[in-house]
Amino acid sequence: MLHRTLSGIPLENHYGPDDVRAAEPPPGEFPFTRGIHHTMYRGRLWTMRQFSGFATPEETNRRYRYLLGQGQTGLSVAFDLPTLMGLDADHANALGEVGKCGVSICSLADMETLFDGIPLAQASVSMTINSPAAILWAMYLVVAEKQGAAWEALNGTLQNDILKEYIAQKEFIYPPRPSMRLVTDTIEFAARQTPRYNPVSISGYHIREAGSTAAQELAFTLRDGVEYVEWALARGLAIDEFAPRLSFFFNSHSDFFEEIAKFRAARRIWARLMRDRYGARDERSTRLRFHAQTAGCSLTWQQPNNNVVRTATQALAAVLGGCQSLHTNSLDEAYALPSEQAVTLALRTQQILAHETGAPLVADPLGGSYFLESLTGQLEAQALDYIQRIDGMGGMIAAIERGFPQSEIAQASYRYQQEVERGERLIVGVNAFTHEEPEPIEILQIDRAAEEAQVARLRALRLSRKNDAVESALNQLRKTAEGGGNTMPALLDCVRAYATLGEMCNVLRACFGVWVEQAVL
Amino acid sequence: MEAGHSPFMSNIRVLVAKPGLDGHDRGAKVIARALRDAGMEVVYTGLRQTPEMIVHAALQEDVQVIGLSILSGAHMAIVPRVLRLLRENGMDDVAVVVGGIIPDVDAAELKKQGCAGVFQPGAALEEITGFVRSVARAR
Repeated sequence: MLHRTLSGIPLENHYGPDDVRAAEPPPGEFPFTRGIHHTMYRGRLWTMRQFSGFATPEETNRRYRYLLGQGQTGLSVAFDLPTLMGLDADHANALGEVGKCGVSICSLADMETLFDGIPLAQASVSMTINSPAAILWAMYLVVAEKQGAAWEALNGTLQNDILKEYIAQKEFIYPPRPSMRLVTDTIEFAARQTPRYNPVSISGYHIREAGSTAAQELAFTLRDGVEYVEWALARGLAIDEFAPRLSFFFNSHSDFFEEIAKFRAARRIWARLMRDRYGARDERSTRLRFHAQTAGCSLTWQQPNNNVVRTATQALAAVLGGCQSLHTNSLDEAYALPSEQAVTLALRTQQILAHETGAPLVADPLGGSYFLESLTGQLEAQALDYIQRIDGMGGMIAAIERGFPQSEIAQASYRYQQEVERGERLIVGVNAFTHEEPEPIEILQIDRAAEEAQVARLRALRLSRKNDAVESALNQLRKTAEGGGNTMPALLDCVRAYATLGEMCNVLRACFGVWVEQAVL
Repeated sequence: MEAGHSPFMSNIRVLVAKPGLDGHDRGAKVIARALRDAGMEVVYTGLRQTPEMIVHAALQEDVQVIGLSILSGAHMAIVPRVLRLLRENGMDDVAVVVGGIIPDVDAAELKKQGCAGVFQPGAALEEITGFVRSVARAR
């Protein structure tokens, strides 16, 4: 057995008073190591938000209504790969991918169907979309407008974190700098028009899934946050105008204490960065709010029922780490998008943690543990070291261009795989305690009918809309993109005219170019 | 690569490719490194390769094996096209090995269509490198 955390931090047999520095202030006080609220979950439970989307907007709408009926408290939209890549469903490269990994959204008409019967004035909706985020957000805002919901009242989150796409998730379209301009457009627009909406969810989840260590996840995510702050400041916004609406998204992986320490360290580092480096005065600017998702990459194809147990302990780590919202993965994660039965069990796992374990009753119940405080400090130190190195390279874009985070992650991921290969790390059902009999589980199948239906619907839309209005809106978008103005108003007009996602992205591709990465092994 | 690392060094050439829109390249990168550490010459295409690009690269690089990594569920639209293009280009002797989230029923169908092997989540690196070596030498 390795006496190291999952990320390789060496562990002592036990910890004592000498391993801990001065006691942390109570929950709700700067630097919020112990939580961003004084009462934490006594005041309000975390939002139970299952990431969900598949096939057509009609089918996903039905799943959302089902989940809300089962006691889920927020929605989280998963888009398919063509949507994530800014391609319409009938594009040649979309063949075989439509509706597979999420829902296909090609125009405002699809977004209207997606939220049919779901009042956006009351709902809290998160959308996992990055390179075309400004466009999907414009669609969302127009649906809200049509429902009569005031933009100022909208609650929700746009993932819109393009930097982690270059680092880990790899769903990029344009080069980094024009992409950062689009993100900054949304931050600026949100600061003026949607004060309760989170325009960016700065995400470590995908960095971790790509194989990083906990410290790398922490460091690269927070340094990405710093990059967004720098760009918004350069746009002329004041720190306290936008920083309160920056949100975060972390992975909750299998090493129980390391994960809890990571969440605590994240809050402490961010609070100090915002106050000391950027002079934030509004305390809300210094509070790191985060969504957590249990680790998809930890779930196994072998003995899939074991995944329920893994997810439960990972979810408990997120709760003890003070998350604001949580997604629990389903047991069929390694097979397919979740079946209704599997996603219900995943939601029930959160409900059991919330209502039966007592875990939410005390804020930061592990605070003061010699071990946990020591680990929090070690993760903080490792992350600060990385942040300093990236500052030295000239910031995150420069670091990405030289392949630094990509290469650090690839090394960590290969090191981990070798530990598994050598049997130094045991994974139950995979390299230990295996058995031959397959455990049959029910799998959600997405058939080709979804693709055909989306393509037919898109072609009908192109015939029924006013194409001269679409052309003129797209021309205005081109002019704005070529100039330096905020693209959001032009995108909203394109959306209102039922321009398609692919048409809008094509205009931006022509202006900005496309990004081809130099693969780092 | 260190000289003398393996008796098979530079005998076996493998193209590791990521077809389709899927950006999840963790598996492809780990496999590419494992094959390289096992002494093979590995060319990694990077992301978003069309079947045409993959077959063209396989021809240019003169590989014996193509490894395709697909996690998006689009394998039944992509892999048969790669197999067909190989046949059309007279490259039937190139073995195609697929890894990713491939349900059993699809794995059986892909093998029927001419895939040399399909590896599902949790497969050991040693098992994969051994298999690639065996299909490459059988060619």
